[in-house]
Amino acid sequence: MDTFFITTGVILGLLTLVCLYRVVAGPTVLDRIIAVGAIGNKTTAILLLMGMIFGRVEMFVDISISYALLNFIATLGAAKYFRVRKSIVPGSKYLKEKGIS
Amino acid sequence: MSIMSIVSILFIAGGTFFFFGATVGLIRFPDFYARMHATGKGDTLGAFLVVIGIALYNLHNGLELGSILTSIKVIFIAIFIFLANPTATHAITKGGLDAGVVPWTKEKTK
Amino acid sequence: MSFFVTFIILFVYWMVMAGKFDIFHASLGVISCLFVSYMSHDLLFKNIKSGGKIKEVVRFILYIPWLIYQIILANLHVVRLALSPNMYDLIDPHLMRFKIKIKKDISKVTFANSITLTPGTITADIIDDEFVVHALSQAVDDDLMTGEMERRVAHIFSED
Repeated sequence: MDTFFITTGVILGLLTLVCLYRVVAGPTVLDRIIAVGAIGNKTTAILLLMGMIFGRVEMFVDISISYALLNFIATLGAAKYFRVRKSIVPGSKYLKEKGIS
Repeated sequence: MSIMSIVSILFIAGGTFFFFGATVGLIRFPDFYARMHATGKGDTLGAFLVVIGIALYNLHNGLELGSILTSIKVIFIAIFIFLANPTATHAITKGGLDAGVVPWTKEKTK
Repeated sequence: MSFFVTFIILFVYWMVMAGKFDIFHASLGVISCLFVSYMSHDLLFKNIKSGGKIKEVVRFILYIPWLIYQIILANLHVVRLALSPNMYDLIDPHLMRFKIKIKKDISKVTFANSITLTPGTITADIIDDEFVVHALSQAVDDDLMTGEMERRVAHIFSED
């Protein structure tokens, strides 16, 4: 069973590296944010798998919870922070103020 | 190899498959709205399945108070991911819309 | 009322998280839960009313299996699109807007999260009673337009 957990962890780690490509090469900053969010989701799962491998789930579960919370807060904060420019798309705040949309 | 181990292996393998699909979608889709579809759905179900599989496997050698509490905590993580991931997806999509990112459509490339 | 409900929820959560059931940890939990629920008891339940809540909870629990079935369909759809070699022929991303009938905030939240989780659609914006939704292909657009999900959500919070 440990072999299975280690294999799954290695696969998830490789997928994290693939996501890192989107972080480096993403054309807009929002691409980078969602890639970081995807990496955070995978890390939450990897931490639990590490807990199973070491036989200390009760310790790693707390780390995993705090990682998931931080990931969510970081994504929300970044999404709010980068919502700065005026919009050119229907349904946006800018067009609604102008009364066009 | 009890039946619970087999069920949890199925859950974890399914979760890894959905993680894989989400990552391929994140790399291949044309613009960031379409990439949100990949991460917002694939990662949610992938993480959910992996976490539930671990919570089940944690109970495989006997039901004690400690392991049941640990499993409840693990299931809390699953519920939290299930609530938080769509919210984050929605926030980023709204951020992109307000920042004026024009969605990629088929007609534009023709 | 909302103070006590918040306190009980927080305290149960504290005991599960602590995992130790002695006097010392319980008293620490009581102190911090009293403080937090004093600070923020009006955030969780804005205007709590007695009655009718039980029915909504039961209906919401009955709604979850259908939602999970839809989520699995959604994921298979996205994975198939992502892995198919001729992806650019299959997808047709576009924005769509439509009006909804449901009024309450909680049902709008449930509806928006359900849209985000189900096949090929993401809620982008809510302006009063108008949803802006990004759809991945034309088929899922038509699926959403049948309005089955909205009916189910309206049924949960007894707005139909």
